[in-house]
Amino acid sequence: MTDAREPVTGIEVPIYLQYEFTAGAALTRFLAGIREGRIMGQRCPRCSSVYVPPRGSCSRCGIPTEEEVQVPDQGVIESFTIVHIPIPGNPIKPPFIAANILLDGTDMACLHLVSEVPTEQVHVGMRVQAVWKPREEWDYTFENIAWFKPVGGA
Amino acid sequence: MRDAAIIGYVQGPQQRYAGAANESELVMPVVRDVMAQVGVSQSDIDFTCSGSCDYLQGAAFAFVEGLSALATVPPIKESHVEMDAAWALYEALLKIWIGEAELCLVYGFGKSSPGELRTVMSLQLDPYFHVPLWPDAVSLAALQARALLDSGAVSERDMAEVVVRSRANAQSNPCAQLKGSTSVEQLLAEPTFVSPLRRHDCPPITDGASAMIIASADVAARYCKRPAWVRGIDHRMETGILGARDLTRSPSTRLAGEKAGVARGKVDLAELHAPFSHQEIILRRELGLGDDVPVNLSGGALSGNTMMAAGLDRIGHVAAQIMAGKADRGVAHATSGPCLQQNLVAVLEA
Repeated sequence: MTDAREPVTGIEVPIYLQYEFTAGAALTRFLAGIREGRIMGQRCPRCSSVYVPPRGSCSRCGIPTEEEVQVPDQGVIESFTIVHIPIPGNPIKPPFIAANILLDGTDMACLHLVSEVPTEQVHVGMRVQAVWKPREEWDYTFENIAWFKPVGGA
Repeated sequence: MRDAAIIGYVQGPQQRYAGAANESELVMPVVRDVMAQVGVSQSDIDFTCSGSCDYLQGAAFAFVEGLSALATVPPIKESHVEMDAAWALYEALLKIWIGEAELCLVYGFGKSSPGELRTVMSLQLDPYFHVPLWPDAVSLAALQARALLDSGAVSERDMAEVVVRSRANAQSNPCAQLKGSTSVEQLLAEPTFVSPLRRHDCPPITDGASAMIIASADVAARYCKRPAWVRGIDHRMETGILGARDLTRSPSTRLAGEKAGVARGKVDLAELHAPFSHQEIILRRELGLGDDVPVNLSGGALSGNTMMAAGLDRIGHVAAQIMAGKADRGVAHATSGPCLQQNLVAVLEA
């Protein structure tokens, strides 16, 4: 009898960890605002930069940002990409537009979707505004905004 | 090689639950306070190194978010260890030794409250043979304690005495989480938690952060009247296979202590990173510290165990005693991994 064995190519080790995640004081205020349809940022007391979503600190100055600032749900596309490949687990069907959007009065772009515009017409510098989901669907999430669309239509 | 010294250290409050505070909200106060203590700002710092572990709070790239606590414009030189920040200190010391930095910021933070810490810690084990069994951190320490008790070298009374002294010492540490007066008899009357460990033999679960500033010999005197010079530092590790170790001993600690030069002079005090009571007895023995050496005047990890900062805290507390003129020479120890697997020993002098 030979001692030939099948190579062991894998073992299954299921790992489950449960966490009570906390967003942080600043992000909690942001989430509470977005729940009510308001976009709340925070302003740095030193350099006046406004951050959305806020992290509680100015990463330029390394100091706490405590002043709350409500910012409009309009801004400018700072950069964008058109995604043509499906992303596993993502319910959005390609092609879709992911964009860095600089909301008016803020100093840090936030990532969101852009829609209601032919992909060939989207461009850096395009003014966009939020399209909110129906109020009854609002929760503690940035997804209360379904996507951004060009101001005044494409 | 150039000398380097610790010139500032701040421990944040050690809390069971830091509430909603995120990484940067934990780190910002200690960084701000240590900068104020030394009289510098981020722009004076040549190199920044931190220690943390994203598994603790279950947030991917939490160590990057922690950087939001720093002034990073213009860009800074920065590094991170997925270990206790005592090892971040080691990396920062290297930068000074080789002449790449004069001033370094080191910080460590841990938010253990969001997860089940003893289970989370099992993921640091060998992934093929240990992790599938989910041996939690407390049970592994209990295996070690049982072996130690059975060897006859240590009694449950000895372990309780460590706890009594730690809790009493912690009363002078405003940041300590567990403190107070108790007695060996009171403690031994408590039921076992994970036999033979009682709850008080185990460290509390802690949220917190600590920060330190170190300097080269060229600039230390500019910022600190009495720097705590790092005269020796060494770290050693043992196999990750627990069954291959004699858990009643810590040869890595012994060797690191020898290389760091613990025995080269009188030891005024020591801070030993012993999360479990019996481990302090092992460490004391391996480092050759006599009964006359005060150990863990801060209360030690039994009084507050901020994961990824508790080792740095041991070094920081020795440094603080030296900087305050209360000691001339001290030994600090940090550990990582299960049952004292990895050990770092530092000798600090005035």
